[in-house]
Amino acid sequence: MTVLDPVVQVRDLQKSYGSVEAVRGVSFSIAAGETFALLGPNGAGKSTTIEILEGYRDRTGGEVNVLGVDPHHGGLDWKARLGIVLQTSGESGNVTVTEQLRHFAGFYPNPRDVDEVIDAAGLREKATTRISKLSGGQRRRVDVALGIIGRPELLFLDEPTTGFDPEARHQFWDLIRGLKAEGTTILLTTHYLDEAAQLGDRAGIIAGGRLIDIGSIDEIGGADARVPLVRWRDSGGLLREKRTSQPARVVADLLARGDGGEPEDLEVIRPSLEDVYLSLVRGHEAEAAASGAGNTVRPSRRRHGDGGAPASPVGSDKDVRA
Amino acid sequence: MSATQTRTRAHKKAPGTLLLGLSRIGYETRLYFRSPDTLFFTFFFPFIMLGIFTAAFSTSGNIGANPDGTGGVSVGAYYLPGMLAAGMLLSGVQNLAVDIAGEKSDGTLKRLGGTPLSPLSYFLGKIGQVFVTAILQAGLLLLVARFVLDITLPSEPEKWATFAWVFVFGVITSAFLGIALASVPRSGKSATAVVIPVVLVLQFISGVYLQFTALPEWMQNLASVFPLKWMAQGMRSVFLPEGFAAAEQNGSWDLAWVAGALGVWLVVGLVLSRVTFRWIRRDA
Repeated sequence: MTVLDPVVQVRDLQKSYGSVEAVRGVSFSIAAGETFALLGPNGAGKSTTIEILEGYRDRTGGEVNVLGVDPHHGGLDWKARLGIVLQTSGESGNVTVTEQLRHFAGFYPNPRDVDEVIDAAGLREKATTRISKLSGGQRRRVDVALGIIGRPELLFLDEPTTGFDPEARHQFWDLIRGLKAEGTTILLTTHYLDEAAQLGDRAGIIAGGRLIDIGSIDEIGGADARVPLVRWRDSGGLLREKRTSQPARVVADLLARGDGGEPEDLEVIRPSLEDVYLSLVRGHEAEAAASGAGNTVRPSRRRHGDGGAPASPVGSDKDVRA
Repeated sequence: MSATQTRTRAHKKAPGTLLLGLSRIGYETRLYFRSPDTLFFTFFFPFIMLGIFTAAFSTSGNIGANPDGTGGVSVGAYYLPGMLAAGMLLSGVQNLAVDIAGEKSDGTLKRLGGTPLSPLSYFLGKIGQVFVTAILQAGLLLLVARFVLDITLPSEPEKWATFAWVFVFGVITSAFLGIALASVPRSGKSATAVVIPVVLVLQFISGVYLQFTALPEWMQNLASVFPLKWMAQGMRSVFLPEGFAAAEQNGSWDLAWVAGALGVWLVVGLVLSRVTFRWIRRDA
């Protein structure tokens, strides 16, 4: 394996449970040191994909390579190079945070220092508290701490910040940035799109078992999806939006049209990853519904997107809500 | 992987399976003593039952006494071997079946399955924990018998040699059967409901709570299929006077049969544990 080989390589991955196709031909790769965000609605195939990469599940078809190894045949040496933060944690936890971390550190050939990890995870004050006595968010930090204690080359984070308060989430982001700086490759799934935008280098969006888009965080969804939106309240009290690549001109026109009067609630919105994500997923759902209904009239759901959508005509005025 | 990573990793060897097994024994034993349920229903249960029997039948005189009231053994002395056998069964079967079923459903096993911990180290930890706790339990039972209930313990080395092999054999067998039984409950919550009745019924028909020699023959035969009857019989051979052997099923202690039955169950338990154990419920 050379430096240039991707850490994760997935080609045409398929997974069926009986007659249900959970993953239908997903392909992507993750380069060394990269943070890749896998996004998608619940039940889209994210967790199945990630669990196949972690070696928990067997695939039905396709090729998977993680750190140069097929996860289906991954041995203990291979597992020693991974860090896994599972989506759920529900351990009874009659051990203290320090005891648990010290014990798990012992599984790995080159673990991190237990005290450093406790500090990095913000668990210093709870170091001698039993895990069963911690709050949900604190337990989640223990999960993350256990995921990184082995100094992994590749870290899986499956919805790591569920239940965190905003401050804890920011601390967690700092922790992950530190790991990135050390060269750790990270595969992240999350429902918080701001988190994906903060941490991710690239993102892939899965819906209905297929990868519907993949690209860098700044470019995913295409240029059209990122056309800014001008929003204001007109003299009738109606909230209006205009999608335009020239927001300043639109605002100037507004001002001119309103005889110099200040438009109310004026905003220039650059579509966030969340907006782009929602329009992509909704577009996919609409297509799926249309093909499922046998080429009947295609629902125009794309036009109802919160932040507009690639398909919505640029520059069109539309009423959003009264 | 970069060249530097390759180099650092080549220097650092992963901890050995045996060493990790030892570390697991310490960890598991700590968890055992921190679980109030386990302490009550597994560790102290034989003590509680021994206390109840001793108190309840204290006025009914010695068991196996002559018509003139001389000879025989006290109620406590009679029940001691059964309680030792029950302790072995509880420490292995009940403890591990409930424990592992819980670990399966609360995600502990899934997490461990994602680490470089070898399943062998995991099992060493479980079986080691069973040994450590069963030895403490038996030792404490013997101390209570000797100093609280004033029961005379055997002084012959041969008797203690028998005690040792029955105990070791019985505890390992129980541990494997516990691991195997852990695959039956569908969830951690239902584990006690599945496991405790099995263990309780076995104790009643195998001569732990009821005098085995007083049970109907069909029940004795049924109990003979399962390992607890043989553990109890082996323990009776150590702690009861020779004269009691005549009351056993074949009029003797049948230690060869004890060894044989435990040996068969040990193999059955080992095979079932090996076949049924999974870090997670794997799909096809």
